[in-house]
Amino acid sequence: MMNHLLRPLAPVTDSGWELLDGEAKQRLMPALAARRLVDFSGPHGWTHSATNLGRTADLAAAPLKGVVALQRRVLALAELRADFSISREELRDHDRGALDVDLDSLDDAAHRIAVAENVAVFHGWREAGIGGIVDSSTHEPKPLGDDAESYSRAVAGAVELLLRSGVAGPYGMALGREPYRRVVETAEHGGSLLLDHLRKILDGPIVWAPGVDGAVVLSQRGGDFSYDCGQDLAIGYEKHDAESVHLYLQESFSFVVASPDAAVALTA
Amino acid sequence: MGFDQYHEPPQELPARTRTFARLCASLTEEAEAIGWYEQRLAVESDPEALAIMRDAQGEEFKHFSMDLEFLLRRTPLWREIAQGVLFQVGDIVEHGEESEAEATGGSEADEAPGSDDRSGSLGIGGRAGSVR
Repeated sequence: MMNHLLRPLAPVTDSGWELLDGEAKQRLMPALAARRLVDFSGPHGWTHSATNLGRTADLAAAPLKGVVALQRRVLALAELRADFSISREELRDHDRGALDVDLDSLDDAAHRIAVAENVAVFHGWREAGIGGIVDSSTHEPKPLGDDAESYSRAVAGAVELLLRSGVAGPYGMALGREPYRRVVETAEHGGSLLLDHLRKILDGPIVWAPGVDGAVVLSQRGGDFSYDCGQDLAIGYEKHDAESVHLYLQESFSFVVASPDAAVALTA
Repeated sequence: MGFDQYHEPPQELPARTRTFARLCASLTEEAEAIGWYEQRLAVESDPEALAIMRDAQGEEFKHFSMDLEFLLRRTPLWREIAQGVLFQVGDIVEHGEESEAEATGGSEADEAPGSDDRSGSLGIGGRAGSVR
């Protein structure tokens, strides 16, 4: 069964594909922050090309006088692709039972595409028509501060701001790399972990979000942010030579912010 | 006893269907036996007894496989769907959905999430594996 990924053409054994798919999944899962915090629709497949916006645009002319003409507006799905190469010798060694196969190139690609997805969802991707959660927010960004006390205060302030705007919880938080490190390493007065304290304030998930600047507090009530997945992340085949197999990670998606007031950015 | 495999009056069934039903019953019994041996092996500590039961379970694997192959040969649609599921690498449920859709003309493919996202998807989806 061959599809657009052309996997059967790759000189990779079943066991090799299991290795590559397993490694990719393992690397992608922790870094795919956006889709853990927003509504996820799909996967709808490679042929899914647009998201319904439920809106129309005027047309300059109708085919005939006396009729009104409108055109539906849709958001076209964007594709992301991250190329990588795997040594054929390494794959042969894997088939012999080697456990320490060099998959660095795949790991890098997985990280790149996960970060790209996070950036598109949180900070926007103008060229693809995607307005990010942070860029679309109607609330002024608030400073996150530098220490544990300021973090708790900033997050509590963001939650209160959302409540004041009529945006119900529970709330989740995406934390950029540095703020995340600080949160998990910090114990507040009395020894309790800052992470636990913030979780109690939010009543929802705290997610490591590489690619996010600072932090974003957003409602988890549903219906505010919509990720429309065409083809979910998959490995495809490009070409091979005597030394390497050239592959890629690919996905297609769009993202729509339905409630710009349902998130507050916290700047580092 | 002996006629339990029939859901309809046996005299009204054609010989081919009676044979089919017998093999379905046999397949079920072999699968049950495999499950029973699995349980016995899990609790037995005598190595000699373990070796015998492993051998016996191997027989059941063989019987089950022969029954299945017989039934698949007699049922082209079942065979076609099975071909997309058995011995494939990746997500079993996804293969099942795709294979069924392909074999039956794809009505479910239009509705099932990911139906066009044939094998190869890593199956990550949304909110999976969250660090919460």
